[in-house]
Amino acid sequence: MSENAVEIRKVYMRFNLSKEKIDSLKEFFIKFIKRQLMFDEFIALNDITFDIKKGEIFGIVGLNGSGKSTLLKIISSIYKPSLGTVKVEGSIAPLIELGTGFDMDLTARENIFLNGTILGHTTKNIQNKFDEIVDFSELFEFLDVPLKNFSSGMVARLGFAMATITKPDILIVDEILSVGDFLFQKKCEERISNLMRDGTTVIIVSHSITQIERLCNRVMWLEKGKIRMIGPAEQVCNAYKITASTF
Amino acid sequence: MSHKYIKNFIKYRPLLGNLIVRDIKVKYRRSMLGVLWSVLNPLLMMLVMTAIFSTLFKSDIVNFPVYYLTGFIIFAFFSEATNAAMASIVYSGSLIKKIYIPKYIFPIEKILFAFVNLMFSLVALIFILIFTSTKLTFTALLFPIPLLYALVFSVGIGLILSVLAVFFRDILHLYSVLITAWTYFTPIFYPVSIIPHRFEWILTINPLYHFISYFREIILAGTIPGFRENLICMTISVGAFLLGLALFKAQQDKFVLYI
Repeated sequence: MSENAVEIRKVYMRFNLSKEKIDSLKEFFIKFIKRQLMFDEFIALNDITFDIKKGEIFGIVGLNGSGKSTLLKIISSIYKPSLGTVKVEGSIAPLIELGTGFDMDLTARENIFLNGTILGHTTKNIQNKFDEIVDFSELFEFLDVPLKNFSSGMVARLGFAMATITKPDILIVDEILSVGDFLFQKKCEERISNLMRDGTTVIIVSHSITQIERLCNRVMWLEKGKIRMIGPAEQVCNAYKITASTF
Repeated sequence: MSHKYIKNFIKYRPLLGNLIVRDIKVKYRRSMLGVLWSVLNPLLMMLVMTAIFSTLFKSDIVNFPVYYLTGFIIFAFFSEATNAAMASIVYSGSLIKKIYIPKYIFPIEKILFAFVNLMFSLVALIFILIFTSTKLTFTALLFPIPLLYALVFSVGIGLILSVLAVFFRDILHLYSVLITAWTYFTPIFYPVSIIPHRFEWILTINPLYHFISYFREIILAGTIPGFRENLICMTISVGAFLLGLALFKAQQDKFVLYI
C-alpha cells in the first residue's frame, strides 16, 4: 500500500493513423501485396512519469490535443499504454461521459441497476443506494419511464448521480462539468467538494484555469504529449496564463 | 496472476447477469407471446420439417420429430451463439471506449443468452418426447453433457470470431454463408446412412456432428457414449476454448483502437 493513488512510469501512447482505415480482408491483402502497410504514427503521450498522491486534487491542463483525455483513458484502463507502466490503487469512477451504458429503451429504474453493474457495483450495493440516487437526480416520478423519453438534463443528472453515489477512491472528471444548467453545476461541485473532503483523490481536466486554480492542489501542464510543467496549482496556472496571454 | 482474473470476473458477474436480463427484455418486449417463442420456434420448425421429409422425401429415420429436434436445437444454439458473439465486440464501442469493462464479457454474455434460449427449447423437446411416446432410459438424464460440450465449443469459436470481426469486418457477412453450408454438412434432417462411404470423413471432422450424435444416442438409443466419443467431444470443445481464450487475450488491448 503506497501513499500514491496513481503511479505513471515512462508511459508512451502511440496511435496508428492509417490514411484509409483498413477493415476488410480485400484491402488488407491488396495493401500487403503492394507493401503499403506502413502506418503513420502519432505519439499522443511521450515519456510521461508522475505520481498522484492519495487524497490529492490533481489538475491537468493543456491545449486541445495535448494528450489529456488519452492520459485519463490510460489511467481508467480504457487504453493500454504502448510502453510504460500504470499503477492505480483504489476504485475509479470516471466521469468521462455521463450515462455510459445507459440503454435508452430501458426505464430509469432498470438503467440504475444496469449502469451500476457496469460501474462494477454489486446489486445489493445499488439497492442500498437506490433512494439516494433518486433523490439526487430528482427523478422520483420518472422511475418507470424509458430513458429515451427523458430530457438531456435528466439523463445528465442521473448519470452524475450514478457515478458519484458510492464514494470512489479516485474520481476522474473530464470536462463534463460544462454540461447542464447552473443548478446542476452547483450540485455537481457540491458533491465533488464533499468527496474531496472525505479524502477521495480527484483528477480534473478542465479548460477553465480559474476552476483548476480554485480546486486543485497540484497541476500538470501537458503540451504535445509531454509534461511541460508539474507543481503547485498556483505556480503552474500562472505560467499557463502567462503563455496564454502571449497568443 | 490468475487470481486477479478471477477476482475481476467475480466483480463483473452482476453485470453479466444484467446484460443477459436486458437482452431477454429487449428481445421479447412488445411481442405478445414473449418468451413462449423460444419454445414455439423449434416446435414449428420441427413440424414443417417433419411434413416435408415424411411426405416429400421418404427417409429411414425412426422417430423423425425427435431425431430432427435434437439436431436442430444444438445447431441453432451454436449458430445463434457464435453469430451474436461475433458482432459483440464490434458493437460494444459505446461502452468500452468510455469505461473499463473486461472485454470477454461481451461475447460470453451473448453465448450465455443463447444458452438460456436453448434451455427454453428443451421444453419443446420434452413436449415432443411425450407426444411421440418416445421410450427414454436413464441415459436421457445425461443430457447436460453434450449441451455443455456444445457450450464450451461455442465459447471458443465465439471468442475467435469476435476477435476476427474487429479487424476484418467481412467476416460478419462471410460467416452466414459458412453457417448455411455447415447446416447441410451436419445430419440434422437427413440420416447418416445416406452419406456415401467416401464422404464420411466430413462428418468425422464436424464438431457439431459429434455433439449431436452424443445427444441423440442418450435420448433415442438409450445408451451411454463410450470413452472414445467423450474424448473426441472434450478435445474439440476444450481445444476450441483454449484457442479462443489465447487469441482473445492476445488481441484484446487493441480492440478499442479499431472500433
